[in-house]
Amino acid sequence: MNSDLTSALGSNIRIDLLLIAELIESGSRVLDVGCGDGALLHHLTRHKDVDGRGIELSQVGVNACVAQGLSVVQGDADTDLVNYPTASFDCAVLSQTLQQVRHPKDVLSELLRIGRRAIISIPNFGHWGVRWQLATMGRMPVTKALTRQWYDTPNSHFCTIKDFIALCATLGIRIERHISADRLGNRMNFVGDGPFANLLSEQGVFLLSRPEAG
Amino acid sequence: MSVFWTVSRWAMNSTQRHEEVVTGPNELAGRKVALGIESPLRLDCGVELGPFTIAYETYGNLNERKSNVILVCHALTGDQFVTGVNPVTGKDGWWPLMVGSGRPFDTDHYFVICANVLGGCMGTTGPRSHDPNTGKPYGLTFPVITIRDMVRAQAMLLDYLGIEKIFCVSGGSMGGMQVLQWTVTFPDRVHAAIPIGSAAHHTAQNIALHEVGRQAVMGDPDWHNGDYFSHDATPRSGLSVARMAAHISYLSEAAMHRKFGRELQDRETLSYGFGADFQVESYLRHQGEVFVERFDANSYLYLTRAMDYFDLTAEYHGVLANAFQGSPTRFCIISFTGDWLFPTSENRTVVHALNAAAANVSFVEIESDKGHDAFLLDEPEMFETIRGFLRGAEEHWNGTP
Repeated sequence: MNSDLTSALGSNIRIDLLLIAELIESGSRVLDVGCGDGALLHHLTRHKDVDGRGIELSQVGVNACVAQGLSVVQGDADTDLVNYPTASFDCAVLSQTLQQVRHPKDVLSELLRIGRRAIISIPNFGHWGVRWQLATMGRMPVTKALTRQWYDTPNSHFCTIKDFIALCATLGIRIERHISADRLGNRMNFVGDGPFANLLSEQGVFLLSRPEAG
Repeated sequence: MSVFWTVSRWAMNSTQRHEEVVTGPNELAGRKVALGIESPLRLDCGVELGPFTIAYETYGNLNERKSNVILVCHALTGDQFVTGVNPVTGKDGWWPLMVGSGRPFDTDHYFVICANVLGGCMGTTGPRSHDPNTGKPYGLTFPVITIRDMVRAQAMLLDYLGIEKIFCVSGGSMGGMQVLQWTVTFPDRVHAAIPIGSAAHHTAQNIALHEVGRQAVMGDPDWHNGDYFSHDATPRSGLSVARMAAHISYLSEAAMHRKFGRELQDRETLSYGFGADFQVESYLRHQGEVFVERFDANSYLYLTRAMDYFDLTAEYHGVLANAFQGSPTRFCIISFTGDWLFPTSENRTVVHALNAAAANVSFVEIESDKGHDAFLLDEPEMFETIRGFLRGAEEHWNGTP
């Protein structure tokens, strides 16, 4: 099954994961928090010579990862990050997961303690489509990017791009890069990272660093 | 059975002086070697043991570079007969689903070694062995053994076999304890490690269960303070009860219910007496009786003690992560949801310590309601995990198994 699986994963990697992969330096040590079925780790290991580790909550995901030869542990971002030593990774990745954790602020701080850098991607609750639904219908929005009803969504802490940037400022985290993307992860370069990003991008991808890392 | 003899070809090349103990057809089949002749094994209790015998089995063929070795460590009442027919019991080995041609530990590819642990009773020196000084069985004069002593003895066996580095070491339960001990005592000799249903220390509850078993043995008048050999006796009832109690701890409520429920054994109604009315009683009694035939009571005391004493955290002054600092080993920790003897939480403690030491670790909890013994059973997810882990480990192994 190896070669088939390998090529399938290699070619079918989600665009948003590819966008993250582009931000990661070759040969670096990467911790992927909420690594799912290991698609990003697998890609990084194969194509960027990355020494990758993962944490995943679901047993199905973990088993799929380990069966591919990836080093992944079953664990929870909220509780298990404290066990990792400071600056033990070049980069910590949290893709589309920050809004699902119980304590986003703590998790963000932990990621930037463990990794010299962190890459975070978040769905943007400030997107015009979301605002439109909330404003005109007065109901929690259900969009192509946010597909679940409020009562069965795993997302518990929605934020806008602006909110996230504000949190980084509060924590003294430096935003090295901010990429605007649509819900699939296609770059929306025309949007830039200014005021329009919060209105037009469906997700934001951020490359962050600790202030002391300069 | 020819696999038993393949070792001798290259073992003879060893320059060290060893005594090959090749047993005849009436003895236990397989291989034995006397070790510690020139320099004895210094045990944790302070006693120097040597020479001592290690009985072991091998499966598959060692490659030229000696880089395809998987060391399997057996559990409390296991032995070196991992697969194929156990010549003592006449039954299948204890891990035929894991070890063999086409199995995860594929003997077409790997050279699998398993040794009876020090203190055991399947050919390796233990309390049933004869003390060379007295000519009588050691009994309770045998020194208390630790998990680390077992591992050091295994390392001496590998030295004897001329094997410097192991591709992978694996085992469940007490075998998993040995695996963890291997990675901290000989980190540079272990490329990959798979401790299954294991822990960094024996919990109070587990020590308590063991103590019940030991008291059952020692309370049996036929035990004679461990000197039952001289009295031509065997503490059958005590050892049998010990096994019955332990056996319960290897199962789970769900597994027992599925297997037995409240079904009656060979009867339609309750007896209003104390015979084995229920199937589960009959089953446990049978387990006890069968066990007595193959296991030595004193060995049971010594090996349960070794597990009780196991505490890697204490060995590293209260910080388990220190045990794994700078570890070059790739770990794959496996636990089972239905294992209440070595629960996931205990396994996870090891995972956290490995993370804290920035070690390379995978951890999988497998859904199973079969209890602690799940690691011995048909658990496809465990097999798939191990196959994948070994593939990944091979990619980072310069020895190409």
